[in-house]
Amino acid sequence: MLSIKNLHASVEDKEILKGINLEIKAGEVHAIMGPNGAGKSTLSSIIAGNENYEVSEGEIFLEGEDISELAPEERAHKGVFLSFQYPVEIPGVSVTNFIKTAINEKRKAHGQDEMPANEMLKLIREKSELLEMDRKFLSRSLNEGFSGGEKKRNEIFQMAMLEPKIAILDETDSGLDIDALRIVANGVNKLKNENNAVLVITHYQRLLDYIIPDFVHVLMDGKIVKSGGKELAYELEEKGYDWIKAELEV
Amino acid sequence: MELKEKLISSFMAFEEQIDVTSELHDVRTSAIKNFENKGFPTKKEEAWKYTSLNAILKNDFTVFPKHENAIEFAEVKKYFLHEIDTYKVIFVDGKFSSFLSATTHDGVDVCLMSSALTKPKYKMVIDEYFNKIASKDESLTSLNTAFANEGAYINIPKSKVVEKPIEIIYFSTGKEDALMVQPRNLVIVGENAHVQIIERHQSLNENPVLTNAVTEIFAQKRAIVDYYKIQNDLQSANLIDNTYISQKQESRVSVHTFSFGGNITRNNLNFYHFGERIDSTLKGITIIGDKQHVDHYTLVNHATPNCESHQNYKTILADSSTGVFNGKIFVEKEAQKTDAFQQNNNILIGDKATINAKPQLEIFADDVKCSHGCTIGQLDESAMFYMQQRGIPKKEAKALLMYAFSNEVIESIKIPELKQRITKIIAQKLGVNLGFDL
Repeated sequence: MLSIKNLHASVEDKEILKGINLEIKAGEVHAIMGPNGAGKSTLSSIIAGNENYEVSEGEIFLEGEDISELAPEERAHKGVFLSFQYPVEIPGVSVTNFIKTAINEKRKAHGQDEMPANEMLKLIREKSELLEMDRKFLSRSLNEGFSGGEKKRNEIFQMAMLEPKIAILDETDSGLDIDALRIVANGVNKLKNENNAVLVITHYQRLLDYIIPDFVHVLMDGKIVKSGGKELAYELEEKGYDWIKAELEV
Repeated sequence: MELKEKLISSFMAFEEQIDVTSELHDVRTSAIKNFENKGFPTKKEEAWKYTSLNAILKNDFTVFPKHENAIEFAEVKKYFLHEIDTYKVIFVDGKFSSFLSATTHDGVDVCLMSSALTKPKYKMVIDEYFNKIASKDESLTSLNTAFANEGAYINIPKSKVVEKPIEIIYFSTGKEDALMVQPRNLVIVGENAHVQIIERHQSLNENPVLTNAVTEIFAQKRAIVDYYKIQNDLQSANLIDNTYISQKQESRVSVHTFSFGGNITRNNLNFYHFGERIDSTLKGITIIGDKQHVDHYTLVNHATPNCESHQNYKTILADSSTGVFNGKIFVEKEAQKTDAFQQNNNILIGDKATINAKPQLEIFADDVKCSHGCTIGQLDESAMFYMQQRGIPKKEAKALLMYAFSNEVIESIKIPELKQRITKIIAQKLGVNLGFDL
């Protein structure tokens, strides 16, 4: 589904990613863990096409197609979704209107007509119920005055609406209380199927109790230094990252 | 002949048409003298440092149009707030158009300045209010006063809530090669009365127009006035808007200025307080491009205790357009417990766009709350990335962000149909169709 080959990237001449290789197959859940400053958020940003980073080497493939040169919106139209750690507030544009615009832009890119209003409403109702969102929430301005939990829930709601092929969840657990965490994770699990994949980027193992990964990778200093199964997440939670560092030095 | 000389000699001709024995004659004569002494403002004056009228003044403006120029309703329907019923005071090339207007004398006066200035029954009101708050010192206001003859006259008696908005529109047909018009509006809002007014100046073709308008607004005790100015004119149109507001105790006056087009637009907006617990609101959205120029010059004169003023101006400048915001808050010694707020946010999206922003606070009282904030920036890149990530292309994402930027001001429009209209104009300006009404 998503294949990253020898990815090097820098911002303002500082190299942040130093050769990332990652292979995610349809139906899989991968987690990337690592200490602060390891390059986790940079990686998710670059997959989504953020132009503030300079990719000096390597490629990103989505279903075999090289998407490295595509604009963020083109990647989105092809099925890349990034749930932001800090979603942006857009005063005056409601949650409903924003998602309508996003859906119809995607359809336009695929040569389809706009989604009929009744179909859109039905879909919005269905997906907002999945995320246990209040109806009133949908008419509020996007992310304006939302609590941390509401913002994240709204991110997953948009993901549910857009049905991406690869969903990257960047620190989705930060700022969530346990109930919100459960709702968000439940939403992600219900959306997961054999034809899509999820990449969870997290500092803590907590979210991985709810979204169970098939593979866990450790990102340190711009490289994936260790990969394993879900048990690796528990080991990291228990022992921190220093032992990996020590292991690497040996 | 230069425009200044032309105006001064026209004044004599103008005087011949009117009743020179009236007291107005003295007002006009001293006004033309002041203009004669001072002339048109130049960039040497601090208040006009960033706005030059030189290029405009080279046009050979007709000061009194020769023809009665009629226009068809269908031609101008789109400029009206046609979704709802309104009172209308409409002018074509400076002359009243009874055909396009819907005036009234039923309980309120929504009619003509020319009648108010000449008919005996209005004499007392004119004596009490005309040219009483407008500057006698500022040369362009004086120029207008000298020629003051036509415009909207609105008088709302005590406790009257005017149920429909009043639209004042000045059309220029372009039948003159170059036209100068000097509308004069007088708005008197009685105790506890409430009125909503929309003012617009609109050219219908590309011949140059210079409008030098003066509006005096008097809000009596507890009166509520919501005034909206729509400036979305053609590239050939120039507007100097001079608005003077006198507020009495507990009155609430808001002025929203939407500057979306025109060649040079200068807004002189002045608030004066005469009583306690007054509330003044000044808001504006400016979205311009090309070589357009918009200059907001505001003054709030806090002269009395316990009053509030709220200013919020948002500016988006594309291409080589230029913007000016000069916001002066004056707090006199007596004006204790003043709460004055001023916010001015500017976004430059054109590489050659310029903004000159100058907040000016002069505070002589010691127990006041005054704050001001001024920002100049580009569009937030992280917000752009967020929207693009959701599949919204750059152009649409930019438009959404700019809309969000202006939203604070849009939200405070109290007439829903006008709010819709303004958002539609903004979407047009930004060149997008977002698939929903912004």
